[in-house]
Amino acid sequence: MGERLLMKGNEVIAEAAIRAGCRHYFGYPITPQTEIAHYMAKKMPKVGGVFLQAESEVSAINMVYGAASTGKRVMTSSSSPGISLKQEGISYASGAQLPAVIVNIMRGGPGLGGIQPSQSDYFQATKGGGHGDYHLIVLAPSSVQELYELTVDAFNLADQYRMVAMILGDGVLGQMMEVVNFRDEEPIVKADKSWAASGHGMKREHNTVTSIHLDPAVLEQWNIALQDKYKTISEKEQRFELYKCDDAEIIIVAYGSVARIAKNVVQVAREEGIKVGLLRPITLWPFPTKAFEQVIDKPNAFLTVEMSSGQMLEDVMLAVKGRKPVHFTGRMGGMIPKVDDIMAKIREIRAD
Amino acid sequence: MAVVFDRPHALVDIPMHYCPGCTHGIAHRLVAEALDELDIEGRTVGVSSVGCSYNNYFYFNCDMIQAAHGRAPAVATGVKRSLPDNIVFTYQGDGDLAAIGTAEIVHAAARGENITVIFINNTIYGMTSGQMAPTTLLNQVTTTTPYGRDAKEHGNPIRVCEMLSTLKGPAYIERASLHDIKNIKKAKEAVKKAFKVQMAGKGFSLVELLSTCPTNWGLDPLESLDRVKNEMMEYYPLGVFAGKDLEV
Ligand SMILES: Cc1ncc(C[n+]2csc(CCOP(=O)(O)OP(=O)(O)O)c2C)c(N)n1
Ligand code: SF4
Ligand SMILES: [Mg+2]
Repeated sequence: MGERLLMKGNEVIAEAAIRAGCRHYFGYPITPQTEIAHYMAKKMPKVGGVFLQAESEVSAINMVYGAASTGKRVMTSSSSPGISLKQEGISYASGAQLPAVIVNIMRGGPGLGGIQPSQSDYFQATKGGGHGDYHLIVLAPSSVQELYELTVDAFNLADQYRMVAMILGDGVLGQMMEVVNFRDEEPIVKADKSWAASGHGMKREHNTVTSIHLDPAVLEQWNIALQDKYKTISEKEQRFELYKCDDAEIIIVAYGSVARIAKNVVQVAREEGIKVGLLRPITLWPFPTKAFEQVIDKPNAFLTVEMSSGQMLEDVMLAVKGRKPVHFTGRMGGMIPKVDDIMAKIREIRAD
Repeated sequence: MAVVFDRPHALVDIPMHYCPGCTHGIAHRLVAEALDELDIEGRTVGVSSVGCSYNNYFYFNCDMIQAAHGRAPAVATGVKRSLPDNIVFTYQGDGDLAAIGTAEIVHAAARGENITVIFINNTIYGMTSGQMAPTTLLNQVTTTTPYGRDAKEHGNPIRVCEMLSTLKGPAYIERASLHDIKNIKKAKEAVKKAFKVQMAGKGFSLVELLSTCPTNWGLDPLESLDRVKNEMMEYYPLGVFAGKDLEV
């Protein structure tokens, strides 16, 4: 049995990264994720690692780009406005096929917005965010235990597919304290890093890490290779949880901390005699379309619940493909949907 | 027969794409010679920037990383912090380093990051066809200062070596010029010293090289060399700005 500790979400992300073999962290302070940096600043020197407070998120992501280019496991974390600044570097890292882990503990936007939890960066995380045709692997934990496990997985997936993996959380998860069961040893995937720019020692041809290909024919081939990789990931890496969907007349679709509220709704509704289930995407990209195929026949309707204006809603509609009605309810700006609000929406759907 | 002059091993044997009379090629050669003479090619990682030299990863034989516009010092920081025993350099133009990348270069210098920066000052944005750079001289005509750079309108040119030498971080900063053989020899010593400073773990080193851009200056190669000597050196005096007494 591994250690069992009561920890704050943000600290667990940092601890998980270190356990996953990450020894390089570059960041810039922003609420509500700064505890990640605090933890790294304390721990990294003790494990022979590097914590560096950059002059901006732009610099932090480019330090990540540099460290990743050498083949090292590297992470940065931020919250919404800082993640916007990182988009340039994320696009370059995606173009150069660099593995890295980026954490976004979302807060309300747009602009400087607020510091309360939100899920309004879903589009940015899953549809590209920066320029160019690319994707990130986007993992959406829903508990502190999952913050731990998915952070470790993010490093493995990033290395395995040579791409950026993002942990998309929100202020609720980052700030929440829960018990975590740590493993004695992490399942670390050893990936080929022979492409890395780490000094050839006069023993091989020189390696180049780059995202530029001025010949359009070459750039198209590069893009085709990226898209092929994304297709493989879409087929192999979809993750989701189905909770009481077998007999559900309404299936709620929710991720992250909202999925926890939705689980309560499932209980409350069932006590009232309304059969509600929960489909919880764990990978937001690739979006778990397979989950919808498993449950599509049973429910009368789907209800998407988000802390946004309805961003994941678009992917839900694409997955449902018009076969069942898809409803939406959500809050914005840092407001959290309540069980009562969601129950009211469920009653409204049933009355229709 | 004894070979007295050859291509440095650290320079790949392919034609470069630079315009006739452009000094980027000379600067590359100086860097490559330093890597050869210090026997560090195998443990060097270079960082290319965005400008005419964006693809010098084709030319340098060491491992290379292409960075976003202005971000090379941050990328180099990430590399150096990952591989502290390797030698890391950036190669940046004046638009790249002194405009879009100002924050990155200032903070890498302030941290005393143990990297070497090769800074090509040609008072213009070469790659994008001759726009004003932060280093463009007063009255200089560029495609975005068609009536000449005017201090009131565009501000005064930035002197990077002087600015960075106000910081405590840099171990060694020198400005040299590529306009004639004598100065190229001095530039070579400066570049080599910058790498030696890094090898000795002394901290941040930067060499500014006054360079030509005949194409966007509208001058022929020889006129361009004269312009460096007669116009640029007046505003950008050569010399050591940090680490004068540093022995390595
Ligand atoms: C983010 C971004 N903005 C603008 C550009 C366009 N751009 C490419 S090179 C360049 C100027 C480079 O000038 P300099 O650094 O002086 O290099 P030189 O070509 O003179 O050697 C610009 C603005 C870019 N590639 N990326
Ligand atoms: S445009 Fe100017 S800087 Fe660029 S290669 Fe030509 S001469 Fe050199
Ligand atoms: Mg220039």
